[in-house]
Amino acid sequence: MKLSPDDARELLRQMLRIRRFEERCAELYGEGKIRGFLHLYIGEEAIAAAAVPELRADDSLLATYREHGHALARGVPMERVMAEMFGKQEGCSRGRGGSMHLFDASHRFFGGSAIVGGALPMAAGFALAEQLRGTDRIAACFFGEGAVAEGEFHETANLAALWRLPLLMLCENNLYAMGTALQRSESDTDLCEKARSYRMKAVSVDGMNVSAVRDATRAAVAHVRSGHGPMFLEYRTYRFRAHSMFDPELYRSKAEVEQWKRHCPIAALIEHARAMGVALDVPAIERGVADEITAAVAYAEAGTLEPLADLARDVMTEPAR
Amino acid sequence: MTTYRDALRQGLRAALQRDARVFLMGEDVGRYGGTYAVSKGLLEEFGEQRVRDTPLSESAFVGCGIGAAINGMKPIVEVMTVNFSLLAMDQIVNNAATLRHMSGGQLSVPVVIRMTTGAGRQLAAQHSHSLEVWYAHVPGLRVLAPATLVDARGMLLAALQTSDPAIIFEHALLLNAEGELEGDAAAVDIEHAAVRRPGRDLSLITYGGSLPRCVAAAVELAAEGIEAEVLDLRSLRPLDVAAIAASVRRTRRALVVDEGWKTCSLAAEIMATLVEQVFYELDAPLARVCSAEVPMPYAKHLEDAALPNVPRIVAAARDVARPR
Repeated sequence: MKLSPDDARELLRQMLRIRRFEERCAELYGEGKIRGFLHLYIGEEAIAAAAVPELRADDSLLATYREHGHALARGVPMERVMAEMFGKQEGCSRGRGGSMHLFDASHRFFGGSAIVGGALPMAAGFALAEQLRGTDRIAACFFGEGAVAEGEFHETANLAALWRLPLLMLCENNLYAMGTALQRSESDTDLCEKARSYRMKAVSVDGMNVSAVRDATRAAVAHVRSGHGPMFLEYRTYRFRAHSMFDPELYRSKAEVEQWKRHCPIAALIEHARAMGVALDVPAIERGVADEITAAVAYAEAGTLEPLADLARDVMTEPAR
Repeated sequence: MTTYRDALRQGLRAALQRDARVFLMGEDVGRYGGTYAVSKGLLEEFGEQRVRDTPLSESAFVGCGIGAAINGMKPIVEVMTVNFSLLAMDQIVNNAATLRHMSGGQLSVPVVIRMTTGAGRQLAAQHSHSLEVWYAHVPGLRVLAPATLVDARGMLLAALQTSDPAIIFEHALLLNAEGELEGDAAAVDIEHAAVRRPGRDLSLITYGGSLPRCVAAAVELAAEGIEAEVLDLRSLRPLDVAAIAASVRRTRRALVVDEGWKTCSLAAEIMATLVEQVFYELDAPLARVCSAEVPMPYAKHLEDAALPNVPRIVAAARDVARPR
C-alpha cells in the first residue's frame, strides 16, 4: 500500500462510516424501524470508500440495491440516507425509495437500482449525453458479478464500446449472486475476458485492499475520461453478512466466511498503518463516526411522514387527471 | 397530399431542427431509412450523431435513451414494433416509469419511445399485436396513439415538451393513409380525446388504427338512420375520462372498438369506467369489438376474421343502437 497518512485516515474514516452505519441499520431493522429489504455492504467497504472519490463531482454515478456505501461515499448526507430507511419525507428520496433506491441528484447520485443489470443501459445513456455535448464528464455504474449473466451487461458493453462512450463499468464481484456462486452461474468465471471480448480495456483488482482499489480506479477514470471509450474494472471482494435480512446462508460455509473475514479491509488498513508506523488514532475516528450516526438516527427519528394526500405525487410532471 | 408516414417524418424533422438536445436512435433509423421509411433522409440531413443506428439491443438502446434523458437530452427512441419492445419492457416499466417517483421527484425522464403497432399485413404472431394496454397500465408513462395526420406530426412535438416518458404507437396500416396536412409542424394537445364525427344515437369509442374503421362504420350506419358519434381517445394514458363520459351521456349507448385482445383490454377499462360514471344514464348494455383471442394467424382470411373490421363494427353498433 502506498498511502499518505492523511489518505489512510480519510479512507479508514470512510470505511468505518459505512460499516458502523450499516451495523446500526441492522439493529434498527431488528427494532422494526427499518423495513423492506436491507442489503448490507459489510466487507466490501474498501470499494466504495476508495473508488467513489476518484470521480469528479460533475460525473454521474449509478449503483445497485446494495448502495448505502456508495451513497455515503458520494457525499449524500448520512442523516438523509437514514431518514430514507425510516420512510420519512426528509429522506434522500422523500421516503419513496427506501434502502434500495437512494437518490441525490445534487450529488449526481442516480440510484439505487434493484433490477440486476438494469442500471447499465441507463449509465450508457448518461455517458452518451456527455459525449454528445462534448464534455469530459464520465458516467460510472456499479453492479455485481451476477449482472454479468444478464443480457443488459452484454448489450451495454457492446453499445458502449461500439460508440466509445465515456462509461466506467465497475463490477463488485463478491462471488455470490444472492446464493448462487459464480462458478455455478458462469461458463467462464473470468469476467474480464467477457469485457475484453467487446474490445474494451478490463482490469481486475483486489477489492479488499483499499490502496489497490484507489489506484486501479484512478487509472480507470483517467482512461475513460481521456476518450478511450468504456472500461471494465472488477473488484474481487466478499460480503461478510447475509444477502439480505431474510437469508439463512445455506449456500456457503461458516469456515469460508471466517476465512474471508481475515481479509477485512478495515483491519488490513489499520494493520498496515501500524506496520508503517503511521498513527491513525482509530478511537478518535470511531468517536466521530459514532457521533455522526447518533445524529443521523436522531434526525430520522424526528423526521415526519409524508401526508397521505400526497400519495399520488411525483408520478407525472403534472398531476394526472 | 401527405401520408401519415410523411407526417411522422415532418414531426421528427421539426423536433431535430428546433432543439439541439433531440436525437433519434433505433434499429435501422439511419442508413436503411427506417424500417417503415419514416426516418428516410434524416441521416443525410442531421448526421450520424443525431440519427443513430443501434445494434439489435432493445434493452440497451431504450435504457440508453432513458439515461440520456435524465442527463439532459431529449432522445427519441424508435423500436421497430411493439412486439420487440417487450425486450425493453424492463427499462420502460422499471426505470422510465418509476424514476421520478422513486427519487422523490428529483429526476425526470423526458424520453419519447415510438413504435409500430397493429396487424393487417399478414405478419403473423410476432409482428402484429396491439399491446398498447400493457403500457397504458403503468403509472408514470404517457401513452399516445395518433390516428390522424395532424396527430402523427404533432404528438411527437407535444411529447417532447413534457418531462414525462412518452410512448407513441404508430399503427402500421395508417402509414400510407393520405390527406391534406397544412401549416407548420406544431405540438398538438395531448390531454384530450377528440370527437371525429358527431352523432346522437351511440358512441363509437376507439383509437389508432381502428379510427378509420369506426368512421367508415359510422358512414354506413348513417345510411341506415343510426347517427354514431366517433370518439378518438388519442391519449391512452392518461385517459380523457371526462370526454368518454360526456360522449356517452349524450348518446346513452356505447361500443368500444379496440384492436387489442378482449380480455383485460383497454376496451375493458373504458367499459368499467362507463359503468362507474354513467351507469344510470345508459339505455343499452355496453359492447365492444376487439381482436379474437388467438395469436395473430398468417393466413389472410384468418387474420381478417381475427381483427375488428367495418362489418363487425356495424353489426355490433346496430345491436347497441337497436337492442332486440
